[in-house]
Amino acid sequence: MSETPLIGGLTQAPIDSRLAGARIGVVTFPGTLDDRDAIRAVRLSGATAVELWHGDSELAAVDAVIIPGGFSYGDYLRAGAISRFAPLMSKIVDAANSDAKLPVLGICNGFQILTEAHLLPGSMIKNDHLKFLCRDQVLRVENNTSAWTNAYDLGQDITVPLKNQDGQYIADEKTLDALEAEGRVAFRYVGGNPNGSRRDIAGISNAAGNVVGLMPHPEHAVEEGYGPGHTGTDGLGFFTSVLNTLLGGK
Amino acid sequence: MPRIVVDVMLKPEILDPQGKAIVGALPRLGFTAFSAVRQGKRFELTVDGEVTDEILAQAREAAETMLSNPVIEDVVNVEVVAD
Repeated sequence: MSETPLIGGLTQAPIDSRLAGARIGVVTFPGTLDDRDAIRAVRLSGATAVELWHGDSELAAVDAVIIPGGFSYGDYLRAGAISRFAPLMSKIVDAANSDAKLPVLGICNGFQILTEAHLLPGSMIKNDHLKFLCRDQVLRVENNTSAWTNAYDLGQDITVPLKNQDGQYIADEKTLDALEAEGRVAFRYVGGNPNGSRRDIAGISNAAGNVVGLMPHPEHAVEEGYGPGHTGTDGLGFFTSVLNTLLGGK
Repeated sequence: MPRIVVDVMLKPEILDPQGKAIVGALPRLGFTAFSAVRQGKRFELTVDGEVTDEILAQAREAAETMLSNPVIEDVVNVEVVAD
């Protein structure tokens, strides 16, 4: 499917046709908000977006999965706590932990779902200032070897939108030390901690590097005219990283 | 109908921003005796019939696996309440 350019040109050179063979699933739960943006980001990266429904029992032969942001199940009980038990989630957890190491990206509520599903350690609690916060946020890339971060330079600063209320990442000291020692802190907040997250952590990966979760929203920074500062497209690297991984580049 | 009450609290070492906001607001209404507030969750599980040991065990398991997240919360009470 060709994507209609909005403002700003999508006039870059035609994307490698091999990329269209990569099928990236985007899961929708009741209350998901950002699935359309995630689908658009996948298409802009050149891959084929596959819509998945939380009640599906099969993964539709996708090569990777994105769990997008929103308020699945209204954040009832705890953010992500009920979504974790969706039929499709057990398939995703099994595939992520299998030898095939299905790449899985959790954004915002998707990150919360991945922690509730125990694919990633720790948890999110309410922002320390108690307010919903929406702003452009600078992140430092601290790991560029994972399935979703390999298109970035180590130490690179990227700007993507941040918007949440339960964004304060917490884990016990032992877990935090292990994350640091194993290079699994993927992104750190730069220019002020927006929510009280331990050690300024904005995103982490699992040990194998195929599962990444973060609170900010790279899918909102993929297209000129709509990203931070109206020109920012720093988020696109997430979606090109997974294509590097799937096509064997990294 | 008997109910099983499950109480869940944030772990003591986890900052409770909601509790902090509440304790900050209490003095405005003249309640000055309270130096801290922690906010928790209470669940009431209704049982059709008698609460057997097995049902109570199920409630404890549900409390540990779904009603609470052990990373941030403790189950502080599971008890049967008869109406």
